[in-house]
Amino acid sequence: MTPIVEVTNLSKTYKDGFTALRGVDLTIAEGEILALLGPNGAGKTTLISALCGITTPTGGHARIGGHDVITDYRAARRLVGLVPQEVALEPFEKVINTVRFSRGLFGKGRDEALIERILRQLSLWDKRDARIRELSGGMKRRVLIAKALCHEPRVLFLDEPTAGVDVELRRDMWEVVRGLKASGVTIILTTHYIEEAEAIADRVAVINKGEILLVENKADLMRRMGRKTLRIDLATPVAEVPAALATYDLERIEEGAALLYHYDTRGEGTGITRLLQALAREGLSLRDIETRQSSLEEIFVGLVQEDAA
Amino acid sequence: MNLHAIAAIYVYEMKRFFRTIFESLLSPVISTTLYFVVFGAAIGGRIEEVEGVSYGAFIVPGLIMLSVMTQAISNASFGIYFPKFIGTIYELLSAPINFFEIVIGYVGAAATKSLLIGGVILLTAGFFVDLEIRHPAMMLAFLVMICVSFALFGFIIGIWSENFQQLQLIPLLVITPLVFLGGAFYSVSMLPPAWQVVTLFNPVVYLISGFRWSFFGVADVAVSWSLLAIAVFFALCLAVVWWIFRTGYRIKA
Repeated sequence: MTPIVEVTNLSKTYKDGFTALRGVDLTIAEGEILALLGPNGAGKTTLISALCGITTPTGGHARIGGHDVITDYRAARRLVGLVPQEVALEPFEKVINTVRFSRGLFGKGRDEALIERILRQLSLWDKRDARIRELSGGMKRRVLIAKALCHEPRVLFLDEPTAGVDVELRRDMWEVVRGLKASGVTIILTTHYIEEAEAIADRVAVINKGEILLVENKADLMRRMGRKTLRIDLATPVAEVPAALATYDLERIEEGAALLYHYDTRGEGTGITRLLQALAREGLSLRDIETRQSSLEEIFVGLVQEDAA
Repeated sequence: MNLHAIAAIYVYEMKRFFRTIFESLLSPVISTTLYFVVFGAAIGGRIEEVEGVSYGAFIVPGLIMLSVMTQAISNASFGIYFPKFIGTIYELLSAPINFFEIVIGYVGAAATKSLLIGGVILLTAGFFVDLEIRHPAMMLAFLVMICVSFALFGFIIGIWSENFQQLQLIPLLVITPLVFLGGAFYSVSMLPPAWQVVTLFNPVVYLISGFRWSFFGVADVAVSWSLLAIAVFFALCLAVVWWIFRTGYRIKA
């Protein structure tokens, strides 16, 4: 993988002594979607702010496209688009003017065809002459994305893109993000919605109290840490787990109408075949079986609690 | 040098001005007219010529100065305060521009606006009194320098302000009194001797005096002092702006 963002031992301590980032190391590959997952106050926004020039880090280094974000800030920032968490837009300005302004600010000459393409991609073309204050909340967020994209960045930072957005709009936003990835943009998004990371990320970085706890391919993460549960619905409830099945760590639920079998997909064998054979030998007839994988949310809560302990 | 960025900021700010062009120009024109009615016609009729210039004409440079200074300050301070207030400052901070370029954009736009307003007031004044400008090039030079340095000063106020009240505080509490007491409506020589000395500590005296000299060839202080005063004020503002951007004062966490 070609790294496009390289963060080395980055730290940020504010004047009041609060440490928001503690030696963060992170490498992001070109073309991927990385979800930066963490509870409120974990340091997600500070990390993005330090990479984009909004706050000055107090230690460590960060490079974007090989350019140091401090010593070679012009080259680094030209590659970056930032969509902030707060909807910050000038209310009386027209959509298209605010997008043109952003392009100029990033040192690019006028390109009306490109702006039209971006506004169409974000379903904003019909609203190009509307004033910002006339737009709905979801449209305003898309204007922020248009502003961030209009100078053709290679890396896009989305800070909580769907915070306070209803479910339908959230799914729209995910579609937009997937579309951007398809066009080759590397995307780093912060979120505290696990569902969001699960839905669109390629990799997940978990951050808490200014430290990266883990960075892993989302599928690997779920496979590695994912405990699976087999639920067995019995035709006839059992008063207790038969003695012959004691070795299987079965949990009796719903007054014996069902049994839960926890297993680990990392193990040599899951033991499911043997369990099912043993159940048949005991003469238990099954009504239904179902397997369930623990979600990223459970993994995440587990990690953060482990960190707190 | 990110010229596109400077142009983007400048054009954006000028557009804001032209969006409200009528209001922007109407208020200075009305206030100038009022000053002429009160000072020029009502009171000025009873005042003899001041240093060989009719009183109505004598106050024109001071009136222009009053408007130009307050407009330069309010436009520049609002220009940079507003992005801070609504949060769009994030874009300036994350763009590939340095602070110097940001200043050129905002201060350049604010100075242009106040220059335009100064021109409109001059035209308005021409309807009321006969004006003869002895040193037009110097007049323009003074006007431009004052517009630019007060726009810089306004930019500093905009960065420093944490609310709209603070934004108005300096223009109201400092600039207006200094201009009124700086000889906008009188000649320093008309003051009692003791006050003539005190008034020399008012920097605005030098600015108005130099500007008036470019019109009528008469001045309260030597023109070279006026030029020096503007240069010092400009340099001071520039130094403060440079410090603000080095430290990120009230902009960067």
